[in-house]
Amino acid sequence: MTSIGATVKEPGSSKNYKTGSWRTFKPILDKEKCIDCENCILFCPEGCINKDYDIDYDYCKGCGICAEECPVKAIKMERE
Amino acid sequence: MIEIRFHGRGGQGAVTAAEILAKSAFKDGKYCQAFPFFGPERKGAPVMAFTRIADDPIRRRYQVYNPDYVIVLDETILEAVDVLSGLKEKGKVLINSKNEIDFNKNIESYNIDATGIALDILGVPIVNTVMLGAFAGATNVVTADSIINTTKETFPGKIGEKNAKAVQVAYEKIKYR
Amino acid sequence: MIKVISANRALAEAVRLARPQVIPVYPITPQTSISEYLASFVADGDLKAEYIRVESEHSAISAAVGASGTGVRTFTATSSQGLALMHEILFAAAGLRNPIVMGNANRALSAPLSIWNDQQDSISQRDSGWMQFFAENAQEALDFVIQAYKISENKDVLLPSMICIDGFILTHTVEPVNIPDQEDVDNFLPTYQPKHAYLDPKDPMSLGTFTDPDYYMEARYDMEVAMERAKEVIRTVNKEFEEVFGRKYDLVENYRCEDAEIILVAMGSICGTIKAVIDDLREKGEKVGLLKVIAFRPFPQEDIYQAVKNAHRIAVLDKNISFSIGGVLYNEIKAKIDVDASSFILGLGGRDVSPEDIINIIKQTRNPTEPDVITWVGLKEEE
Repeated sequence: MTSIGATVKEPGSSKNYKTGSWRTFKPILDKEKCIDCENCILFCPEGCINKDYDIDYDYCKGCGICAEECPVKAIKMERE
Repeated sequence: MIEIRFHGRGGQGAVTAAEILAKSAFKDGKYCQAFPFFGPERKGAPVMAFTRIADDPIRRRYQVYNPDYVIVLDETILEAVDVLSGLKEKGKVLINSKNEIDFNKNIESYNIDATGIALDILGVPIVNTVMLGAFAGATNVVTADSIINTTKETFPGKIGEKNAKAVQVAYEKIKYR
Repeated sequence: MIKVISANRALAEAVRLARPQVIPVYPITPQTSISEYLASFVADGDLKAEYIRVESEHSAISAAVGASGTGVRTFTATSSQGLALMHEILFAAAGLRNPIVMGNANRALSAPLSIWNDQQDSISQRDSGWMQFFAENAQEALDFVIQAYKISENKDVLLPSMICIDGFILTHTVEPVNIPDQEDVDNFLPTYQPKHAYLDPKDPMSLGTFTDPDYYMEARYDMEVAMERAKEVIRTVNKEFEEVFGRKYDLVENYRCEDAEIILVAMGSICGTIKAVIDDLREKGEKVGLLKVIAFRPFPQEDIYQAVKNAHRIAVLDKNISFSIGGVLYNEIKAKIDVDASSFILGLGGRDVSPEDIINIIKQTRNPTEPDVITWVGLKEEE
């Protein structure tokens, strides 16, 4: 019987679970305003913002911490 | 016996909604039971909760497989879960959505922008009490007054007042649509 | 006063009404809200007790033994792995004749890890010397706690009690519960006055010292005698409880057994679903009944025998498994009572038990394919 490993059968499978659908608000970055301080990259709890400041909407849960931490208010949270 | 199934995500208040509905039915003079089915206990994971309402004491203790009503707190859950599973022939669906959902079946469905109402009145996208107001508007299972009173008891003070207002707004929106 | 509350809340309300003086408790799913409710009762001044935040379940029960050893009413609660961690001290509590009452939220044991319900945890502690009472609903959770203190503290018993409530199915389900008045409970359950050995600084003594082979067997025999005597004490307390609170209990509950051809025997929350199914089948003329075992320890063999002796065949439903021999309740009944019985293992790790499952069990019991077969209900086929 295939019960070994129980509910989680493959290692690293949490990436298959796209958490982007949880969002109520979506962060939109205005790259014109961005001063390249990397605050949002460091504070994002999901690691959803890369070095080019592209936001990975597949996994962004819309928590809004990036917008809160942005010193120049370059990120707006918009209703989905 | 009337059976109601709630679908939501962890943190949206599906479990509290099921309990408030049960307590409201009790205020209306009915017997009641409410219970959750937890998957992994984390914010965002799909959650189900159930309410049973009857004129006699309720002894049955299994999940609701053939609900009379389904209440969906989060539209995006439709991608992951078959919310219509086992719904009775004349069952009704109430869903939190800005748009009318075409379920492709002869099902009576109601949609309400509960997230919008919750953001307006509560300032947070927690939609459980809004959906209960809408449910009272869409059915005769429970009175809006009982939902409002139970809501105030569940959330004392200002939060309760705001939630009670959200219930009233949603109730009127569906009742007089 | 009737309130719509969970079994965890009902159990905590019962503890508040019973006025224990010491509550050492460690939280664990699905027991956690019991420890939370009790903490807020104490913090709000609704319950005057020493609430000890211990670092493990082993410490919780150890502190309970220490407190009970000073002659005060003591409560603790746990579940599953927590109860397993208590294992060593459970035997000490019973052997020291501490009348502790504990709530256990029945949950599966690891591995595989599961937070959901079965009764393996408490069943695995059956030989510890604790009395075990299984509740069907939140009202029984409340009523059993109040009665358990009176039974445990009786000088003819002096054994601890475990009140078992099915995890999630009861612990997290809200339903109407009648909460008695404090005055009635105070009259029914006065302050505990220890009559035997207890620690008192004015009259120093030692408790729990070692015993050489000259005495150990006698101490164990005394426990056996006390456990047997508990049956009569339970009946007496049940009667007193009924007189005050109007709700009738016994070691077992007969549900439509009198003329039943098939009788199901089960413990805990599943009995509610079974009763509903029996009512449906009775309307169609099927003679079926339920024997609900409330007291698993002391084991009510005579009550079970009287209830099932005229049945054609019985089905014993176990939410536990003793590997290679089957369900524990089934085997205990077979060991003590000469009756044709079928064994069913079901609901392990939270597997839901539907009315269809119960109907199939009744069908299978009526027409057994082979004798003494152990059926695992709803087991998935090999892929």
